Amino acid sequence: MTNNTIVSAKDLSLTFQTNDGPVHALSDVNLDIEKGDFVSFIGPSGCGKTTFLRVMADLEQPTGGEITVNGVSPREARLARAYGYVFQAAGLYPWRTIGGNIRLPLEIMGYSKADQAERVSRVLELVDLAGFEKKYPWQLSGGMQQRASIARALAFDADILLMDEPFGALDEIVRDHLNEQLLKLWADTGKTIGFVTHSIPEAVYLSTKIVVMSPRPGRVTDVIESPLPKERPLDIRDTPEFLEIAHRVREGLRAGHSYD
Amino acid sequence: MRNAIPVLTVLVVLVGLWWAAVAPMNIRPALDLAERGGAVIVPEGSVQRREVSVWTLMLKNSSHVSAGYDLKRPRLPTPAQVGQEIWKTTGAMVLKGRTWSKRSLIYHSWITLQSTLWGFLLGTSLGILGAVAITYSRVTSMSLMPWAIISQTIPIVALAPMIIVVANQVGVEGRGVPKAIISAYLCYFPVLVSMVKGLNSPKPAELDLLKTYNASGTQSFWKLRLPASLPYFFTSLKVGVAAALVGTIVGELPTGAISGLGARILIGDQFGTPLAIWSALFLAAILAGLLVTFVDTMQRVTLRKMGFRA
Repeated sequence: MTNNTIVSAKDLSLTFQTNDGPVHALSDVNLDIEKGDFVSFIGPSGCGKTTFLRVMADLEQPTGGEITVNGVSPREARLARAYGYVFQAAGLYPWRTIGGNIRLPLEIMGYSKADQAERVSRVLELVDLAGFEKKYPWQLSGGMQQRASIARALAFDADILLMDEPFGALDEIVRDHLNEQLLKLWADTGKTIGFVTHSIPEAVYLSTKIVVMSPRPGRVTDVIESPLPKERPLDIRDTPEFLEIAHRVREGLRAGHSYD
Repeated sequence: MRNAIPVLTVLVVLVGLWWAAVAPMNIRPALDLAERGGAVIVPEGSVQRREVSVWTLMLKNSSHVSAGYDLKRPRLPTPAQVGQEIWKTTGAMVLKGRTWSKRSLIYHSWITLQSTLWGFLLGTSLGILGAVAITYSRVTSMSLMPWAIISQTIPIVALAPMIIVVANQVGVEGRGVPKAIISAYLCYFPVLVSMVKGLNSPKPAELDLLKTYNASGTQSFWKLRLPASLPYFFTSLKVGVAAALVGTIVGELPTGAISGLGARILIGDQFGTPLAIWSALFLAAILAGLLVTFVDTMQRVTLRKMGFRA
């Protein structure tokens, strides 16, 4: 753990008690995330990748081990509004305009009107939605709605961006486009990003660090530091380096499944 | 306008059925009247005729069937008679400058409408408050909801006279207040149930989102739960306003009331003037239609203004 460590998990475990007995969503997870990292969590359903993200966000409580976010507990980090969270569904309020949706966290956190307006136009610019401020969510495509929800998470300048399969429901073409934009946004803002995904190419294309997880119990099977450069055009996906990492991710996923 | 055609078709069919039903419904009084006027009726005497079905009577005395459409005190008035009666007690009164006379149904509708609106206001407020209490407190959720359901199983007709008597006992003058209470009693329930559903309609992810902002309970109420409940709220208002009208009319039925549509219905029944009953019924239906249409328009305007997709 260094001064630049943003998230540090030690022997982190989380067991849900269900009617069918305990479910080990996370088991002895050890992981450090450095400032400015783009960390992807990849694995099949039930491997605990979303749960880990939710633990970081203080939306779930671990049952064992330790975790710090920004050097403090997840709860303190949440109260300090240390992160922005992007959910799988854009979840924009239908009764608010795009601008109004982005203003929501700012209103709650008590920013001044002028500051709100300035921030809304800045983050809309950032996600390439300038000019859509007065539109309602239903007037936008799914991809645009998800971009608006990213803008909403960026609006209050948290250093950490947690994204739970944000592009999962979108088609391949839109997804590629958004991945490209997300990389640019990451380069522009220098945020630390935690990103949950099902897709190997998406994880390899975006990340500086890929956390491969496997289910029953949810655990980390491999952590891959990506050797790819920070500048990543879409066609980097055809290079041997890219394919090699993708291969390693696939191996890691397969290893996690070796028992069945 | 495309929607008007099916509606009008149903209306024409209903009026047609009604008109056809007038003949069998009125054949007995029509024959009695004709017999008294000297006509020969088969069989003779209204007591004998009680043993014979209306269909046989119509067949054997077919020349007198049409008289059933022109009775002064019909058992079932024709659509035209009801129309005339409504006109006589509304439009014609206005023309004569007697809009607020005791014989004018506009006057009686106004009395009923006032109580309905007060009851609606009271019932809706109670429904909203109850729903908020149920949403935010497990204790009220467990204690209030069963009582709310039980309250709706008590027949309002049985309860209405009691409310009036109690109101009188505690010194409330007039019938306005007890009527509004009865009306609110019927009206709060649909609002309560829908608002509970509406306030709980935000998905877990939407509540999680507010948690990540560290939003307070008040903030999540005003910014998420309340606006999310509005579509449910308006739907319940439509049911509620109709229920409030029914409640008021029921509140006007127990003896003693002399004004209001419910009183007109009761008086019409006591004095054997079905025309008065029918015209009061129609006025009540028209009133209900206007109220629901008004709420519906409010719903459209508000939700569209708020950005909900119409």
